Amino acid sequence: MASAHVFDRLSAFLDDELDPVASGEVSQHLESCPDCSAALARQRELGENLRRDLEYHRAPDLLRARVMRDLRAAGRRDAVRSRPAAQAWRWLGAAAAVIAVGGGTWIVATLPRERPDAATAREAVSGHIRSLMANHLTDVASTDQHTVKPWFSGRLDFSPPVTDFAAANYPLVGGRLDYLQGRPVAALVYMHRMHVINVFVWPMSDAHEGIAPALTQRGFHVIHGTRAGMAYWVVSDLNAEELAAFAQLLAAPSGKP
Amino acid sequence: MTHEESRETTGPEPHLSPRERERFDECVLPYLDAAYNLARYLLRDGDQAEEAVQEAFLRAIRHFGGFRGADGRAWILSIVRNTCFTQLRRRRSGGAMVEFDEEAHSLEAELSAPEADLARAIASESVHEGLGRLAAEFREALVLRELEGLSYKEIAHVMGVPIGTVMSRLARARKQLLLALGAGAKESV
Repeated sequence: MASAHVFDRLSAFLDDELDPVASGEVSQHLESCPDCSAALARQRELGENLRRDLEYHRAPDLLRARVMRDLRAAGRRDAVRSRPAAQAWRWLGAAAAVIAVGGGTWIVATLPRERPDAATAREAVSGHIRSLMANHLTDVASTDQHTVKPWFSGRLDFSPPVTDFAAANYPLVGGRLDYLQGRPVAALVYMHRMHVINVFVWPMSDAHEGIAPALTQRGFHVIHGTRAGMAYWVVSDLNAEELAAFAQLLAAPSGKP
Repeated sequence: MTHEESRETTGPEPHLSPRERERFDECVLPYLDAAYNLARYLLRDGDQAEEAVQEAFLRAIRHFGGFRGADGRAWILSIVRNTCFTQLRRRRSGGAMVEFDEEAHSLEAELSAPEADLARAIASESVHEGLGRLAAEFREALVLRELEGLSYKEIAHVMGVPIGTVMSRLARARKQLLLALGAGAKESV
């Protein structure tokens, strides 16, 4: 096969978007053609550079607020208030199922009949948005759990468990103090790709252990769980599946906190 | 051209029932960041990107009743890119509709460069600057592929073109970007 013919297909080959026959032809050609192999390597390197260096522009909060306003206006003519959504629960069921597979120390609670604490979820989402808006994501910026955890002592009357999940591509990036439910809470900040995840943690001794189905609020996903006497509220714009996977890590960190 | 310029805000009142609103929150709203990111790379201006995304979401709200598909991301991104390209066409040619011609958007160097000249391509110039030199259609393909991680099928859906066009456009976009980066490196020496 001619080099030029293969050269035009390298890009699709790299993306694994060629049909098996064409892909086989390219593979075979690459074995004997250093020029095409080098070209493929450059394209691969280009992709890595793009993904590493290009900024992912997140929607500014003002834009988000405008879109939410338009959405509210679009719903206004209808007098019926939005009720807890059977729809909205669906992925949460999936999230709970994922966590059930992970097992660990979290007990998977049955889905409660009533809506989970929507007010807390709203506060958690507001805290998440504030952290992005005010350029105040972290008070202590560190990927080291042994730096972040001690930072909280003396600032809070409890010691939140802090685990870095960098190995699973959810690196810890820091922590800060926040204020939810009328009390100071620990906010742990993680990243997944370009997405920020806020985990709000505070003691909750009376709650039974388990993970509640969470919800979607203002375009953010919220997952809530209780473990070892601590309430966890996880907020992110990350997609539901990956956020559920993260909640699973929180639910059963490999090393015990 | 006149219908191109008519703003969605002048149309009938957008309306969503509570059920539709829930579905919108689930299927479309999570991609607000993706929408803004795409608009930002297409228009290369923060304010214009915000305006385009808000307009696109209004359009999406208005037409959401007709959305039956499963892929809310591709759906909203296609509305966003169409909104952006409408703006770009106004900029480019005072409003006239111009079909994108891939051949016409070849870098001169691309036509004459032997493949070997691509060898020193990835260099000091930032990929961001290099990307900025490409035609919007090529930037779009690269952003959807590299930053959003969409499949060719999904990209085809967003752009409204056949998969084969996605394939050739990405190939050309990568080639041109490699050349642009290489050229930048030479200039900066």
